[in-house]
Amino acid sequence: MASRTIKSLLVLCLSLFTMAFSGHVFANEKTVQTEQSNPAAAHEPVAHEAEAFNVTETILDHIKDDHSWHLWGHTSLPLPVILYTPKGFEFFSSAKFMNEHHEQIMYKGNYDYKIIEGKIKIVDAKEAVDVEASKALWDFSITKNVASLFVSVFILLTVLLTAAAAYKKTGITSAPKGVQSFMEPIVLFVRDEVAIPNIGKKKFAKYMPFLLTIFFLVLVNNFLGLVPFFPGGANVSGNIAFTMTLAVCVFVVVNLSANKNYWEHIFWMPGMHWSMKLFLAPIELIGVFTKPISLMIRLFANITAGHILVLSLICLIFIFKTVYASAIAVPFAVFIGMIELLVAFLQAYIFTMLSAMYIGMATEEHHHEALDHDGHKNVAHH
Amino acid sequence: MFLLEVNPLVLPDIGLVFWNTIAFLVLLIVLGKFAWKPMLKAISERESGIEEALLRADKMKAEIAAMQNENEALLVKAREERAGMIKDAKETADKMVSDAKDKAKQEYERIISDAQLAITQQKNAALTEVKNQVGTLVVEVAEKILRKELSNKAEQESYIKQIAEGVKLN
Repeated sequence: MASRTIKSLLVLCLSLFTMAFSGHVFANEKTVQTEQSNPAAAHEPVAHEAEAFNVTETILDHIKDDHSWHLWGHTSLPLPVILYTPKGFEFFSSAKFMNEHHEQIMYKGNYDYKIIEGKIKIVDAKEAVDVEASKALWDFSITKNVASLFVSVFILLTVLLTAAAAYKKTGITSAPKGVQSFMEPIVLFVRDEVAIPNIGKKKFAKYMPFLLTIFFLVLVNNFLGLVPFFPGGANVSGNIAFTMTLAVCVFVVVNLSANKNYWEHIFWMPGMHWSMKLFLAPIELIGVFTKPISLMIRLFANITAGHILVLSLICLIFIFKTVYASAIAVPFAVFIGMIELLVAFLQAYIFTMLSAMYIGMATEEHHHEALDHDGHKNVAHH
Repeated sequence: MFLLEVNPLVLPDIGLVFWNTIAFLVLLIVLGKFAWKPMLKAISERESGIEEALLRADKMKAEIAAMQNENEALLVKAREERAGMIKDAKETADKMVSDAKDKAKQEYERIISDAQLAITQQKNAALTEVKNQVGTLVVEVAEKILRKELSNKAEQESYIKQIAEGVKLN
């Protein structure tokens, strides 16, 4: 009971604190908006209306990738831009896209570049997008998501190599300690709950490094995405490019490890009438691709949805234009945040488990029962 | 395609795909070699160690139980042997006693028979002596009779009679 009271008190304090703080931020935002709109359209009320708070834009802005990493206020960490055009590679800082008034400007490199809606485009002299030229532009920049991904890689390498080193130091006879004791249950969880039940005791060992790497990469990026300030703040696992890459990796591993039995079940389903076999083949073939695509969309949609939900709740304060909206918005955002913590783990688990299941399906051995059945059917046909 | 252009969220950036592929491969190779391999190896080694230890403990328990059984069996056997030995000893003792008794009886009987024999012999010897003495007496009596015979015939006869009676009494 006592802990409950303390908890609710803490939540109340947090709400009050954020209320006070958000009021301050809101005031700042207002002045900034008026400041920004002043030089451009101070005496045009219509333009001023357009500068009003746009929820969709704000939320998308937070979810989308960016060429700089926002730290606080108007301070952002500029990130390196790497571009490949028919004229070759170019490297420069993303700070070149901003002037001293924090306004988007054009950068003159091999072409004229400008950030339009978060993406670098080639523009002509009038700063309009040159669609044809932009198609030949390959953007390999270290964006916010890439930088965040590198942070997660750094974290994973540090933590897991430390944990692995502990086995060398303390040997296998002693009980796990420190980081090792924190990592070992997760590794065992992936092995005993994900790999062995889906792939089987005989073949799982070969796929363990792949499954563990996917699980930890997704997990760390899910958690980092929930951290609202600097080392986190990027929406890596809610980005379709990230989930697509992992899904492609799963696709490659599944199809490379697939055995004869798997392909037979796709192209010529055993134990069926030939007309049924013809009917099933295209469906099964589509299934080969929909499996990784479902992986890609599931993770992307779950994480993005969570972020949109939290941001929408926070945006309520700006929509109602009153500090008091935070009394409802902040506790709800905290509640959703808690659920997001669960979802972060759950989605990492589901992604890994389904990958293991697809690998298991691809490497499954021919059942003797099916063989008999199959042989019998074939005889009947001849 | 229209959808992809409308919603920038579902449009994958080549940059992130590229860096993500590199990051994933680096993680897979580095962690695979330096983290997962030693970790999984250590875990499975520890597990097999525990399993082995448990099996060994079970085996040990079984061995101890077997030893206990053996001990008990030995004890029972020893007890049986002891009982047998006691029984044998008793039998031997009984036999010795009865043998001794038999021997004693035999000896006793022999001594008795010897004694009887000796008695009989002495008796016979005594009888012989008596007979000899009687003979001597008879001869002496006969002498006396012969000496008296001259005086009285009747007296003589009574005297012989008297003597004969005396002999019979002897």
